[in-house]
Amino acid sequence: MKPRHKRFLFIGLGLLALAVASMLVLNAFQSNLVFFFTPTQVANAEVPKGRGFRIGGMVEDGSLTRERDGLTVHFVVTDMAKRVPVTFKGILPDLFKEGKGVVAQGQLGPDGTFLASEVLAKHDENYMPPEAADALAKAKAAGAQSSSTLVVNPR
Amino acid sequence: MIPEIGHYALILALCVSVVLGSLPIYGAAVGNSMLMSVAKPAARGQFLLILLAFCCLGYAFAEKDFSVLYVAATSNSQLPLQYRLAAIWGAHEGSLLLWVFILSIWMVAVSFFSTHLPEAMRARILGVMGLVSMGFILFMLTVSNPFERLIPAALDGRDLNPLLQDPGMVIHPPMLYMGYVGFSVAFAFAIAALLGGTLDATWARWSRPWTTVAWCFLTVGVAMGSGWAYYELGWGGWWFWDPVENASFMPWLAGTALIHSLAVTDKRGGFKAWSVLLAIFAFSLSLLGTFLVRSGVLTSVHAFATDPKRGLFILVFLAVVIGGSLILYAWRAPRVGLGGGFTLVSREGMLMANNVLLVAALGSVLLGTLYPLFLDALDLGKISVGPPYFDTVFVPLMTPAIFLMGIGPLAQWKKASLPELATRLRWAFGVSLVTALALPLAMGQWTPLISLGLMMAIWIVTTSAVGLRERLAHADGSSLLGRLASVPRAYWGMLLAHCGVALFIIGVTMVKGFEVEQDLRMNVGQTATIGGYTFQFDGTQQYKGPNYIAARGTFRVSQDGREVTVMYPEKRRYNVQNQTMTEAAISPGLLRDLYVSLGEPLDDGAWSVRLYHKPFIDWIWGGCLVMAVGGVLAISDRRYRLAWRRKEVDVPAATQVARQTVS
Repeated sequence: MKPRHKRFLFIGLGLLALAVASMLVLNAFQSNLVFFFTPTQVANAEVPKGRGFRIGGMVEDGSLTRERDGLTVHFVVTDMAKRVPVTFKGILPDLFKEGKGVVAQGQLGPDGTFLASEVLAKHDENYMPPEAADALAKAKAAGAQSSSTLVVNPR
Repeated sequence: MIPEIGHYALILALCVSVVLGSLPIYGAAVGNSMLMSVAKPAARGQFLLILLAFCCLGYAFAEKDFSVLYVAATSNSQLPLQYRLAAIWGAHEGSLLLWVFILSIWMVAVSFFSTHLPEAMRARILGVMGLVSMGFILFMLTVSNPFERLIPAALDGRDLNPLLQDPGMVIHPPMLYMGYVGFSVAFAFAIAALLGGTLDATWARWSRPWTTVAWCFLTVGVAMGSGWAYYELGWGGWWFWDPVENASFMPWLAGTALIHSLAVTDKRGGFKAWSVLLAIFAFSLSLLGTFLVRSGVLTSVHAFATDPKRGLFILVFLAVVIGGSLILYAWRAPRVGLGGGFTLVSREGMLMANNVLLVAALGSVLLGTLYPLFLDALDLGKISVGPPYFDTVFVPLMTPAIFLMGIGPLAQWKKASLPELATRLRWAFGVSLVTALALPLAMGQWTPLISLGLMMAIWIVTTSAVGLRERLAHADGSSLLGRLASVPRAYWGMLLAHCGVALFIIGVTMVKGFEVEQDLRMNVGQTATIGGYTFQFDGTQQYKGPNYIAARGTFRVSQDGREVTVMYPEKRRYNVQNQTMTEAAISPGLLRDLYVSLGEPLDDGAWSVRLYHKPFIDWIWGGCLVMAVGGVLAISDRRYRLAWRRKEVDVPAATQVARQTVS
């Protein structure tokens, strides 16, 4: 092989490797994106079927119940306009509280219950997950009635 | 009064940095050695001023001066002293001060250990670092001043976030910043080379030890962050691909690529322009990481909206540093040259492939970290990129990189022969393949990923052994000990660092493949068995800590009827912020960790409990530590010390002593 051919071969191999790597990365990226939806969007059936997503909002006061096994919990996530019942089996993060913001990841069950695989913890008591704050703000802007004392403090 | 002194010292430091960032660089350009000689005293003076500012802030924390806004926001009168001091870097303003302080430490170090450098080079390096510090001090003084007063003073502070009240907080951020900021030295070397237009093997030999030291700090810093998350967050994970973690991992990837590329520049004069570019990248990513984590961009993009001045300053600063250095690079890099040629199958070729793979990995992390931020900033919707993405991308990218890690050190520079390499490595390959297939079967569970991980780890170790044996066979000296001693320390360092990677891979593989995890309800007296260990829950007791009250559970752990240990996980409630915290109990071991954390109290003294059996998890951090030790060993090599000794004749005795303590 002449040096010129050799160089072409190297460049070709390099480009091929690059193309394969980009394909791989973008493909993995595409299939692992998790989209975020507000309770209103869930109620309006704007969410994907059979694919995981995140919801966020407030944990409705007095909605938390626990099953006999001590692990399965039910609560309602609301953006003050629409409500979504959530079921989660596992240990809730320390900062999970009624009347506070929450973000959950999981899938929508056939009966309209959100089956959470993960309830996200944040690191600060006064911190509202931005997604949750956003959901509340959106619902408010949409003209839904909301409780007057709600304080949305993203930081 | 004291905070005002600190504030004033910071203003003076800004003035000094303006001088340092202008006169020496100008002097180097026109060849005026008087202007160039300003660099050293200016760097040292700036260090003293920033040290003073840092001590003033520390004093305000120690004395509980709640008339300082930052102190009131991040500490409390009940907070123990060590955490009050660690609270200096507990939030945005103070951590910037820490950043600048560490930058000035590096500058002083450069001013002391650069007597062997040409005057113009040293002037430029210190000047560039001065410019960086100028940007940071300006940022602090204009929009994020840690000495801002709160009038009237608060009666008591808002306290430090309980998650941060941990020994990890005392040591992790300074370590990480030593690494981040350490890359500023490599960056300054690169910019100085571009400005001067001379970049040769000596340049690489000078900047190599600095880069490696910074890399060691960063390795330890990232590992400590991971370990901290493991025991403090209470859910037993060690890496979440969280944007904050990625922000520290990206400079590490760039730094790792840089170390390897500098090796080529040093030994063969190749990859010159590429090394310079990587040095720019590594530091730019450090800056990006600092700002991503500390500016509030990550927790919420809206932090930009709440304090637009801060966000704007950050964007402009990043644009100036990254854009400016890239423009300089585009303009001057052609002068630097590319270096000598080589064929694809050679040590250079393999190091190049390693660099390409590391940079590809870096790019994929960058994509996964920044893309959601961009979408959010442009109001195109909210998304998150989950850990599965990173896992999927990393395994195929790192597998060939680690395969090459075994071959590269054995290949010849310039041109190697594949069949010859295959012959030399056939035993290593056979051993790793067979062990990797047989071992998981012996442990009762086989999956392709477990085998792949084990194979990679054993491959690294066996090829290192082959390399060492060949090295010894060619070494001078009759006795084995003599021959061992004749192997240079840089080589030992490389072997050790590579074996650290092997330990790390073993840890990850074993944890991912064999960990057992159980969430369950436990009544008082009830037992549960995981991974061969039986946990008996003996209920909880109340007790009172310095600034919290806690429920402490008692778990008796036994194996085959023999008691192994007693574990005390806690659920704490911190008084000031009224925040609940899970304090997991961990029984560490060489081969396994046992991990218990309390969930929530249920009826009749029962609790929801999380039990983990994590085999080999400590190897993950142990591996990182070994990598860092390898780095330290490598820079203690004679070849770097020789560079210093050569000039020792005409250096005053005082600097010699200082120099020896480091070399």
